[in-house]
Amino acid sequence: MNGPAIVLSLQLALVTLLVLLPLALVGARALARWPSPARPWAEGLLVLPLVLPPTVIGYYLLVALGGHSPLGQWFEQLTGHTLAFSFTGLVIASVIFNIPFAVQPMQRAFEAIEPEVLEAAKCCGLSGWHSFARIELPLAWPGILSAAVMTFAHTLGEFGVVLMVGGNIPGETQTIAIAIYDRVQSFDHGAAGTMSLALLLISLATIAVSYGLADRLLKARRA
Amino acid sequence: MSLSVEVRHAAPHLDFAAELPSGGIVALVGPSGSGKTSLLRAVAGLLKPAHAHIALDDAVWDAAGRHLPTRQRPIGFVPQHYGLFPHLTAQGNVETALLDLPVAERRARALRFLEAAHVADCAARRPRQLSGGQKQRVALARAIAREPKLLLLDEPFSAVDRATRKSLYVELRQLHAQRPTTILLVTHDLDEAAQLASHLALIDAGRVVQAGATAEVLTHPASIAAARLLDIPNLFAAQGAEDRLHWGPHALRTAAPAADATHFVVLPQNVLLVRPDRPLGSHLENLLDGRVREVMQLGTEALVWIEPAGLSEARVQMRLPVRALERYRIEKNAEVRISLRAADIVPLAG
Repeated sequence: MNGPAIVLSLQLALVTLLVLLPLALVGARALARWPSPARPWAEGLLVLPLVLPPTVIGYYLLVALGGHSPLGQWFEQLTGHTLAFSFTGLVIASVIFNIPFAVQPMQRAFEAIEPEVLEAAKCCGLSGWHSFARIELPLAWPGILSAAVMTFAHTLGEFGVVLMVGGNIPGETQTIAIAIYDRVQSFDHGAAGTMSLALLLISLATIAVSYGLADRLLKARRA
Repeated sequence: MSLSVEVRHAAPHLDFAAELPSGGIVALVGPSGSGKTSLLRAVAGLLKPAHAHIALDDAVWDAAGRHLPTRQRPIGFVPQHYGLFPHLTAQGNVETALLDLPVAERRARALRFLEAAHVADCAARRPRQLSGGQKQRVALARAIAREPKLLLLDEPFSAVDRATRKSLYVELRQLHAQRPTTILLVTHDLDEAAQLASHLALIDAGRVVQAGATAEVLTHPASIAAARLLDIPNLFAAQGAEDRLHWGPHALRTAAPAADATHFVVLPQNVLLVRPDRPLGSHLENLLDGRVREVMQLGTEALVWIEPAGLSEARVQMRLPVRALERYRIEKNAEVRISLRAADIVPLAG
């Protein structure tokens, strides 16, 4: 059992969630309310990580974050170490790769709010912020929860992009998915099996708990 | 003091201009797709027309280069499907319109308005637990809670049953009597407009066809288009000549000038049956002989269609109490004499 790999995976999932969720929330609401011919292109761009092979995304991220890119050079000057093959680089890659998992459920949730309800909020004198906080956010809450769970669980299990951008540095970029691959390569099937089971149970528990929460939320609303 | 509305827009098509009196209940009446809901949304600021000048009394809401956001307009709005916030209780819905008040005052006031709308006992319920009539009342309570200067109602009674509708009419009139505010009511139902509104604007294809006091518009259409929108069955082509209308072999005396008239209407309730034993009428009456072509009983009232002599295509509709049918032997093919008073004939120019 590789404890540091599990901890690193959980850390990566949590940090990704904390960085991505607020950004995705703003983006999802803007997309849901944005009547523009450019919208399908913007949506397509955000969904690309779902259809492209992780190696393609991983390759572009590696180029963008590597020592030869302006971003990579700036980061290296600032911190003294490279962005690629670091935890920070992994977080950036993970945030980008998870955009569709975070944006889509929230966008659908915002789109499902009746226009008449939003107009009623305006007619009640609510400012944009009040309407968002008091009406839209509570109504979109199941979508937000679903986005959070999908992002968290997907980060835990991500393999290709993590390997491309982070490599396999124990304690720095070796997540549990990479560690399992590493153990299988070394014919250590016992450790690979234990870690696979651990990942399976963590993912299942995350999803089950969140589905239970969503159920309770819906029931409370219907009661 | 008035609500001045001038709106021009391409899609939906609107070319509307009217000065509506403030302080009363004004009905915007027109068929589906005539633009009345779009007009209401423009007044609320929810639709931003290409050109608009909207002002209530001295306050200008829309003008060239000026568009007051909806949330700053002193309005209450009840949309067609109520637009209640589904995650909030009835009380929460009304409180949302009062967010600028301190919490305690907000609660007390929300409850007071729920009481005024006769739904205080539903305060803790969510919209999905309310009947259509209760939803309507909660939406009304929410709309009036801010004590708006203008209350906008979009077909507010269309989704409730007849009995509930009747009591809601009474309650709306009572609320209006207690809190005099201008009410703009959109409806496709002329009877509803007649029962509630003091003023009426007939709309078709985004334009005003006729506007005025309700009783005047309902009984005196100003054009053929208005008569059609009012669904007046007795609309006939005729030729005008000063104070007369030539209609087939008949020369009908009119009280209104008829020189330019190409048509005329007479309301079914103004077509009178002349008893056979009655002496001939005055010069203010037009007596016509005819034959009953159809009789239809609707509860205690009957509709009777009469073919006037010499006008085989024309059918004059009249209304009679059912008991009068028997008394005067009104049945199919019976010969009758009817009277159209000069003052009840409305000449219309094409």
